[in-house]
Amino acid sequence: MDILSIMRIAFKSLARNKTRTFLTMLGIIIGVGAVITMIAIGQGATKVVNEQISSMGTNVIIVMSNMSNSQSRARQAAGSGNLLDEGDVKAIQEKVDGVLYISPVYSTFGQLKYGSNNWRGSITGVDVDYFLIRDLSLESGQYFYPSEVESGAKVCVIGKTVADNLFVGEDPVGKTMRIRHIPFTIKGVLKSKGASSMGMDQDDIVIAPHTTTVSRLIGQRWKFMTIMVSAVSKERIPMVQEDIMNLLLTRHNGTTRDDFIVRSQTDIAEAASTVSNTLTVLLASIAGISLLVGGIGIMNIMLVSVTERIKEIGIRMAVGASKRDVLLQFIIEAITISLIGGLIGIIMGWSLAVVLGQTMDWSISVTPWSILLAVGFSCAVGIFFGWYPARKAANLNLIDALRYE
Amino acid sequence: MNNNVLISVRGLTKTYQMGEVYVHALRGIDLDIDNGEFVAIMGASGSGKTTFMNLLGCLDKPTSGTYLLDNINVAEMDDQAITQVRNQKIGYVFQAFYLLPRTTALENVELPLLYCRKMHPKERREKALHALEVVGLADRAKHYPNQLSGGQQQRVAIARAIVNDPVFILADEPTGNLDTRTSVEVMELFQQLHSQGKTIVLVTHEFDISRYTLRIITFRDGKVISDIPNEDVHIASEDLKKLPRLDIEEEVS
Repeated sequence: MDILSIMRIAFKSLARNKTRTFLTMLGIIIGVGAVITMIAIGQGATKVVNEQISSMGTNVIIVMSNMSNSQSRARQAAGSGNLLDEGDVKAIQEKVDGVLYISPVYSTFGQLKYGSNNWRGSITGVDVDYFLIRDLSLESGQYFYPSEVESGAKVCVIGKTVADNLFVGEDPVGKTMRIRHIPFTIKGVLKSKGASSMGMDQDDIVIAPHTTTVSRLIGQRWKFMTIMVSAVSKERIPMVQEDIMNLLLTRHNGTTRDDFIVRSQTDIAEAASTVSNTLTVLLASIAGISLLVGGIGIMNIMLVSVTERIKEIGIRMAVGASKRDVLLQFIIEAITISLIGGLIGIIMGWSLAVVLGQTMDWSISVTPWSILLAVGFSCAVGIFFGWYPARKAANLNLIDALRYE
Repeated sequence: MNNNVLISVRGLTKTYQMGEVYVHALRGIDLDIDNGEFVAIMGASGSGKTTFMNLLGCLDKPTSGTYLLDNINVAEMDDQAITQVRNQKIGYVFQAFYLLPRTTALENVELPLLYCRKMHPKERREKALHALEVVGLADRAKHYPNQLSGGQQQRVAIARAIVNDPVFILADEPTGNLDTRTSVEVMELFQQLHSQGKTIVLVTHEFDISRYTLRIITFRDGKVISDIPNEDVHIASEDLKKLPRLDIEEEVS
């Protein structure tokens, strides 16, 4: 007997018991749906993290002193958390091969004021190379000049969010706003980098020359410098990292490797993706358990259904169904249940992921491999958990089956 | 030897093992049944008639002996081949009808055709409808078993038995679950099928039912104790006229 006819018989038999079929499917629907949703959330998080890291710029290396290393004698001797100074920036620029751009980075917060408008923003003090490292382009106006950095001019470039909140309906370029009561002239407005979904607004930013930032806003005593470097190429990054580290060790007597952090974008990306991948695996394994439970549900129902249908099996065998026909019928029933359940699960899981993404403002990413995984798994569940009851049905003694009450 | 022999059984035995005890259900049966015969197999409970029916219907295998059906030794066949024999050569009618629940009369009749050679669904439908016509239930094709009376269900089962045009019909207590009038109606149908040339083997313990057949074989303790032609064949259609219609079948639709 050909497979097609057996499939027809199996479908008819499933259609005859719609409630039972649906209840069996429910386990698979929930399992597959959960897998799809969970992986979509996990992958969405990974994608966001990766996007943020790549928005840092290209081939970026960050250099800072390791504040958390309390063992360091050198740190204690220095009396402050900071080991790096402008001399280091100059030295790296001059002595390390493969450095394309370099800029010190100072960060502080301050009240911004224009007219009667107030805004609390973060201020970043940098050199002109910073715009190139971070790939920041202008919407209007211009960057500040190296000469302005040298002279410590009170100028700045602002992000879109700052511009929108302080200068409602006005062009900020050329205007003067006050940062902690100190007047700064706005030279340009940056192009929007978009709001990141991790709650950090990349446009809520004021960029000023580092000289001005240190002397006017932070003060020599409290400055903590990080250095942002961009390497000439991706391949050169490890070498540049190593050279910077060695240079710092020779420049600062009595320091060890633990005192400095020289981290590339790739390092950060890897660390972040380890975290988000762990999250994905965790979510997927929880969902996988529900898929497994769904599979056991199928086996349960199929086993009960074999017992319940012993007489039917007997009748079928009496009128000419072979063991193989019965075996195939039950396996096809199980596979059909898990496949259709899997398809419904994909649709439901996908919809749920989209709805969750919109209501909770999460980033969601339904990947083809998660669908393949879910479908493959539900097929495997169908065959695996359908095979045992099917074999049991096929091996029934005909007379016992017919006489079964 | 008679060329018209359909079933030929020689030295057939069947022994069951029940724990430590061996039960000899059949102790050597020799029997011939010709094409076109209408035979009743009689016997009390434990006489071996049910065991014999199971062997005859290829539902079970004998412990020893030969069973030639249509000149093929069925006793030596493998499972797959016996499945074919059950499907092509034998039509079963059981005491409890054994129709598939939640399945229409038509689909129930189609069942044996589903398991045989490839057949166009339309052809299958036509054959099944024709079989239902023969048993007089063409108008009930779309009804489910629970919408049919006992007699109607048994007639659907008979339609299923004849749909594949088997070489003989094996009926196991076909009237056991039916009242007197309905029983006679079913026997009328069997007599009608017999007159059309069908071979019918009917297992029963009711003498009243065996009177409608042409030959009565009686079993006792696993052996044939008598095998005689029925001298006094009753005609079911005539008996029906004498029977009062006590229970007019409710029309269920």
